[in-house]
Amino acid sequence: MQVSRRGFFKVCAAGMSGSSLVAMGFAPNAALAEVRQFKLAHTTETRNTCPYCSVSCGVLIYSLGDKSKNARSTIIHIEGDPDNPVNRGTLCPKGAGLLDMVHSPNRLKHPEVREPGAKEWKRISWDEAFDRIAKHMKADRDANFIEKNADGVTVNRWNTTGFLASSAASNETGYLTHKILRGLGVVTLDTQARI
Amino acid sequence: MTNHWVDIKNADLVLVMGGNAAEAHPCGFKWVIEAKKERGAKLVVVDPRFTRSAAVSDFYAPIRAGADIAFLGGVINYLLANDKIHHDYVKAYTNAAFLIDPGYGFADGLFAGYNEDKRSYDKATWKYQMGEDGYARVDDTLQDPNCVFQLMKKHYARYTPDVVSSVTGTPQDAFLKVCEMIASTAAPDRTMTICYALGWTQHSVGSQNIRTMAMIQLLLGNMGMAGGGINALRGHANVQGITDQCLYSEVLPGYLSAPTDADVDRATYLEKRTPKALRPNQMNFGQNFPKWHTSLMKSWYGNAASADNDYRYEWLPKKDAAYDVLAMFERMHQGKMNGFFCQGFNPLASVSHKAKVTAALGKLKYLVVIDPLDTDTSEFWKGHGEFHEADPAQIQTEVFRLPANCFAEDVGTFTNSSRVIQWHWKAADGPGQSLMDRQILGRLFVKVRELYAKEGGKLPEPVLNLSWPYRIPTEPSAEELAMEISGKAISDVFDPKDATKVLAKGGDQLPGFALLRDDGSTASGNWIYCGMWSQAGNLTARRDPSDPTGLGQSLNWGFAWPANRRILYNRASCDPSGKPWDPKRAVIKWSGTAWGGNDVPDMRLDAKPEEGVMPFIMTGEGVARLFAPAMVEGPFPEHYEPFETPLDNNPMHPDNPKAVSNPAARVYKGDMEVFGKASEFPYVATTYRLVEHFHYWTKQAKINAILQPEQFVEIGEELAREKGIRNGDRVKVQSNRGVIKAVAVVTKRIKALQVAGKTVHTVGIPIHWGFKGVTKPGYLANTLTPFVGDANSQTPEFKAFLVNIEKA
Amino acid sequence: MALQSLDIQRRSATTTPAPQARETTEIAKLIDVSACIGCKACQAACMEWNDVRDEVGNCTGVYDNPVDLTENSWTVMRFAEVEENGKLEWLIRKDGCMHCEDPGCLKACPSPGAIIQYSNGIVDFHQENCIGCGYCVTGCPFNVPRISKKDNKAYKCTLCSDRVAVGQAPACAKVCPTGAIQFGSKADMKDYADKRITDLKSRGYQQAGLYDPQGVGGTHVMYVLHHADRPQLYNNLPADPSISPTVALWKGVAKPLAMAALGLTALGSLFHYVMKGPNEVSKELEDEMERQAEAETEGERENAR
Repeated sequence: MQVSRRGFFKVCAAGMSGSSLVAMGFAPNAALAEVRQFKLAHTTETRNTCPYCSVSCGVLIYSLGDKSKNARSTIIHIEGDPDNPVNRGTLCPKGAGLLDMVHSPNRLKHPEVREPGAKEWKRISWDEAFDRIAKHMKADRDANFIEKNADGVTVNRWNTTGFLASSAASNETGYLTHKILRGLGVVTLDTQARI
Repeated sequence: MTNHWVDIKNADLVLVMGGNAAEAHPCGFKWVIEAKKERGAKLVVVDPRFTRSAAVSDFYAPIRAGADIAFLGGVINYLLANDKIHHDYVKAYTNAAFLIDPGYGFADGLFAGYNEDKRSYDKATWKYQMGEDGYARVDDTLQDPNCVFQLMKKHYARYTPDVVSSVTGTPQDAFLKVCEMIASTAAPDRTMTICYALGWTQHSVGSQNIRTMAMIQLLLGNMGMAGGGINALRGHANVQGITDQCLYSEVLPGYLSAPTDADVDRATYLEKRTPKALRPNQMNFGQNFPKWHTSLMKSWYGNAASADNDYRYEWLPKKDAAYDVLAMFERMHQGKMNGFFCQGFNPLASVSHKAKVTAALGKLKYLVVIDPLDTDTSEFWKGHGEFHEADPAQIQTEVFRLPANCFAEDVGTFTNSSRVIQWHWKAADGPGQSLMDRQILGRLFVKVRELYAKEGGKLPEPVLNLSWPYRIPTEPSAEELAMEISGKAISDVFDPKDATKVLAKGGDQLPGFALLRDDGSTASGNWIYCGMWSQAGNLTARRDPSDPTGLGQSLNWGFAWPANRRILYNRASCDPSGKPWDPKRAVIKWSGTAWGGNDVPDMRLDAKPEEGVMPFIMTGEGVARLFAPAMVEGPFPEHYEPFETPLDNNPMHPDNPKAVSNPAARVYKGDMEVFGKASEFPYVATTYRLVEHFHYWTKQAKINAILQPEQFVEIGEELAREKGIRNGDRVKVQSNRGVIKAVAVVTKRIKALQVAGKTVHTVGIPIHWGFKGVTKPGYLANTLTPFVGDANSQTPEFKAFLVNIEKA
Repeated sequence: MALQSLDIQRRSATTTPAPQARETTEIAKLIDVSACIGCKACQAACMEWNDVRDEVGNCTGVYDNPVDLTENSWTVMRFAEVEENGKLEWLIRKDGCMHCEDPGCLKACPSPGAIIQYSNGIVDFHQENCIGCGYCVTGCPFNVPRISKKDNKAYKCTLCSDRVAVGQAPACAKVCPTGAIQFGSKADMKDYADKRITDLKSRGYQQAGLYDPQGVGGTHVMYVLHHADRPQLYNNLPADPSISPTVALWKGVAKPLAMAALGLTALGSLFHYVMKGPNEVSKELEDEMERQAEAETEGERENAR
């Protein structure tokens, strides 16, 4: 490639500003070449499992502080667990972006209710939320629970309140959910696994 | 998965069909790449689209969405016609030799016993011929015209390469090339693994798609082998676990079929669910059903459940109808439901026919959304511009939104697709006032229980007596629950062979389900998880990745159900005499006195090979079923068109209008009417996921929003030319149920196919956008999809329906 | 960390020779394009580790997103649908800094210590010393550095120098689910590449090979390509990259000339610097340099065709 005469002068002129400044002592800093500090140095490492697909990759969650009373364990970084035999430290773009799900601007922070016909949410306390939901449940169950079917067989079912169970919940949560629902007589339950 | 993620590296051939493992399960897919790199394995991808799995494949074949059974039926025909099957395996380990009732038949697309009005079959003739000894009759020569082998051969003889190519649109040479590669694994020392996912399940013939493949794997002798198996690559991190805890209407934890109105008492219920052996000497493991069920009732009702009150069988709700998610929304739409809970579930986005779901939710009295994130469902009542129209004033549903913690903020176990249960630890508290799911459930239940204790009400007993031994009643701990799921001895458990020998002391955690009893002396919340928390402690928290055999088993990492077994049916990895079919990949073997090796044997440890105890221990036959009467639409899979088909008929049965689409699939009134016709909606649409996003979840995460920011649909260059659509144009995609707008991606990766003499174009619709999130707002893809499911599982048909497309 | 300076091989606009006594292991990242599924996990991990987030953009009719490298996107996947003998290939290349042995960016950089080459091969930008002149952009034969609109400083892949400094693999290499990105000593990476190339040849890719272009003295980010004879198939990966002659001239002839010509020009520049600050100085030149860079890239594309 040919360099035009004009180009050559342009480079000279352009280059000059930098080198001449330095020569005259105007370097911005007496720069030591340091790499960025390793940001995990004294964070707390917690073993967890990626909640997305069923590869269920092992992840290491890094959080601020050492779990002392006054340090809040804000999560600052998540990467793959190299010991996990399946993912061996790797993650996919979803897993690699977990930090932004944990800190999504759309995380819910307070119980809320949208009253019938209302245009907006209203913040309520947990007590109020449980109180109102429990009353709804009991009212519906008491009104619609079927003890015996048309043939007089005891069936003890409640099929007017339904429940869709999460596949992102733990086994313990899932089991507890199932136990409570059957205990109440619910037959209208289903899971994400279906779809 | 019958096998597991790491085991994929042991395969010689990997078939990715009905799924897109590279995009949906990249970290599991690494083991496909490993097999390629280290074993020289080949990867074959069959898909309507040239996916990112196809990008690294050795061979790609296109197929029309919804034509998988035609393709796989053709593979069966190829294997049988060219004698490329593993004969010894098929003869010993499948029901090929079993004789079927002479009344069974198949004609013009329908099996014997079809009732058109009920859209179902009377299966009276779909059964074995029984001998006088009470066992099923067999013909070891496989020559009897009524034996399964001959019936199967006849059934699939119709699936010739010509027919297959015409129905599927797969060019014949590509189809034959795939057949040839698959057939190579009939050799005892070669295995194929199949990685499938929603690309097979989300069809009105979803279950039969999978069964066809299972038949192929059995014919090739690939079940039970390292590097083989049928591998469903499942959805969420704990979708396997939640399926195992059976959060659905039909079953109780551990896949125990739930009681129905017909099961009038405990004896009737147990009798119907406790199978009898169909061949001599078989394990017939299902015979233990009463032990599993009784142990479950002890976990749920503790001391209130005893032999004299039938372990409170009457408190269990009896099921009278289908209550799957489509059925529930149908009921809701009819105004038959008052309340609804969505726990980490966004049905407005993930269930078919959004307009119907929106209308249904608006008929509820109350809706409770429990989620870490602000979901589309929670705001179904609110207008979101062109993306979601609603008038709050018209919607009287009271909506509660409860902030839940996410994975990082809770402790407990997830079960991966390999069935490995893994404990995880909590890293931080959730934001604001958010609570863990266990706290939300605990507080809500305690509140309801208080109301019943105070006020009484309908049948309060099961509510008041539900076993609740948790130290903090409003917050059952993960440890307490994991121990309850696994199970314990309530009183001493004795050895059935020696009544003086105590196998487990009362109060101890049980080592495994072999110790479960039906006399009330044991409790286990889920028998298949029994042993995950034994006296040795929490085995799910084990973190030893060592793999001394190099087979990838890592038996001391977590705990796999059942019994820490990593490869199911592993007895079938050996010949009948107990020698591994492939000694280089031996999973287990018979030592002369016992079974053992690189896995927990799927066989009674002292079952001598000469006893003839067969590997498929969960069946009464002891062998695997090529002929399976349990399926609702036929014992052999048959090709049926999707409910919205681009064709005028089923090309396999052009003259029978009853056999166009799955004759036994459930279709609700009103939904049949809104199926689109090819004259108006000429293009085949299929919905799917992209690697950059996870369902409707990562649209809330900025990194993923950056990686794939805006909704698009994909079309091939031929269709784009026809419709005058250029890359990057905005387009309108319409089905008979709604319309969405998106950017057009015009690609070489989707080709027009020649199907039954007609050119068929495919429109690809990624699903990940919605009106909530940090991505650019978009339309919910399920605005378009039909409200019909697989006849067996009711999984909606998201993968094949009809649309039209125009420049917006 | 200051001791790290002992392992500096080269420093921009600095004539003092770097310490040479210690011999550190030369590292490299190998991108096996034949195992890449284009999942963008590397992009995600890069953003997450380096605490940068790009804009939420738009779909432009392709899978590439973000559509180009930016000051916040230090690596992007570039997708190409190529039909070879009637067979469709979807060639997906992870683009980003190649960490050249002979780095054009560093040679072009006029600001002392703004660009560092460590003896392990990493070429790192130190933004605190960057004056935002954009010469590195011109100097780069791969069109990699980007000037931030926010702070007018140059950014690019650091090869996670902070991770490598503590003995860890770069975030993109660790995360890669299919092992398409490998990290280790350059010698090990070449051995691994050999194995991959043998496998690819056995699968019919007769022209499979390693991309380690000698025009820039070799690179510390290398590719295994199925079609090593035609790197331009992979979204115009340059077939034979070299440092732009303008930069070479600046280092070879122009610099002494320039030094000799100190005087009015320098004073003028200094005046400008003092009055307006460094960003302003560079801004005037930026457009010109960018135009030049574009022209050069264009030229390379022409050559490639």
